[in-house]
Amino acid sequence: MKGMTEIVRTISRLLAGLIFFYGIYIVLFGHLTPGGGFAGGVIISGAFILLIIANGIDEKKITGVKEKAGFLESLGIFLFWVIAIIGLCTGTFFFFNFLGKGRALNMFSAGTIPICNICVAIEVSAALCSIVIAFILVKKGEKK
Amino acid sequence: MIVILVLLMILMIAGAVVAIQSKDLLSAIISMGIVGFGLTLVFLILQAPDLAIVQIVVETLTLIILIAAILKTTMKESKAKKSAVVIYSGIATVILLIIFLFVLADTFRWLPDFGCPDLRMSEYYIEEGLKVTGAANLVASVILDFRAYDTLGEATVLFTAVMGIWAVLRGEGRKK
Repeated sequence: MKGMTEIVRTISRLLAGLIFFYGIYIVLFGHLTPGGGFAGGVIISGAFILLIIANGIDEKKITGVKEKAGFLESLGIFLFWVIAIIGLCTGTFFFFNFLGKGRALNMFSAGTIPICNICVAIEVSAALCSIVIAFILVKKGEKK
Repeated sequence: MIVILVLLMILMIAGAVVAIQSKDLLSAIISMGIVGFGLTLVFLILQAPDLAIVQIVVETLTLIILIAAILKTTMKESKAKKSAVVIYSGIATVILLIIFLFVLADTFRWLPDFGCPDLRMSEYYIEEGLKVTGAANLVASVILDFRAYDTLGEATVLFTAVMGIWAVLRGEGRKK
């Protein structure tokens, strides 16, 4: 896939970092302000998709990215499931909130909810990146 | 507020009709964008910022992917043959409309008024959510503590979708 013009590349390079950190902010403050794992994950993947579409991509380089995205996606959902199982073992039921609640409105509060947000964000961002990479690769395959 | 809501709904319905009827696929996709972004505004007016954030981000990504697919392939709608299918679909539409109106007339009597929802379970979440889970954002406390099983199911759905896409679009099957 070919990239776009120099103007688009420069602007996207400047913006991608901002979008990425905004996504991380949405994820980390998901238990305090609107947002959460799903929204933040989609924003993080949006930063990567912006870079992919603007700069174009090598077919050789993207297979490594694809494997990493698949690994991160599986890791996210596995960690989410592990949290549920730990809740089942230490407490009484699936997804038991086994950590301390902390003071309300603090950064470190609400027990397992921030950790679950991070796991969902990893899974969602890797999954959406991997879908876009799949569509780019299939175009490559058809040209041959 | 209700006037703005009704205007937005009319705009969204018009966008949906244009998206179905237009021959040019690019304008059909942009009309679909009207529906999505109108839905974002509706969520904002109804004071649901969580849903609005997710909706605007997902809508933007969907539009980008669809427009990329349109630009690479074709801009025109493929012409389908019009034949007896029109009559059968017309009969089916009329029957479904009659059933829909029949059910609707029965359901409307039991619906609570607009803006006065019938809260029983939700009242417990609103009153005790901060105390029980410690999360200031009530939506997060519902989707990741009270109803975390649902969220696990959603994450699994996304995971399965990605596995399906990779299985259908894999490179090995194409090269014979």
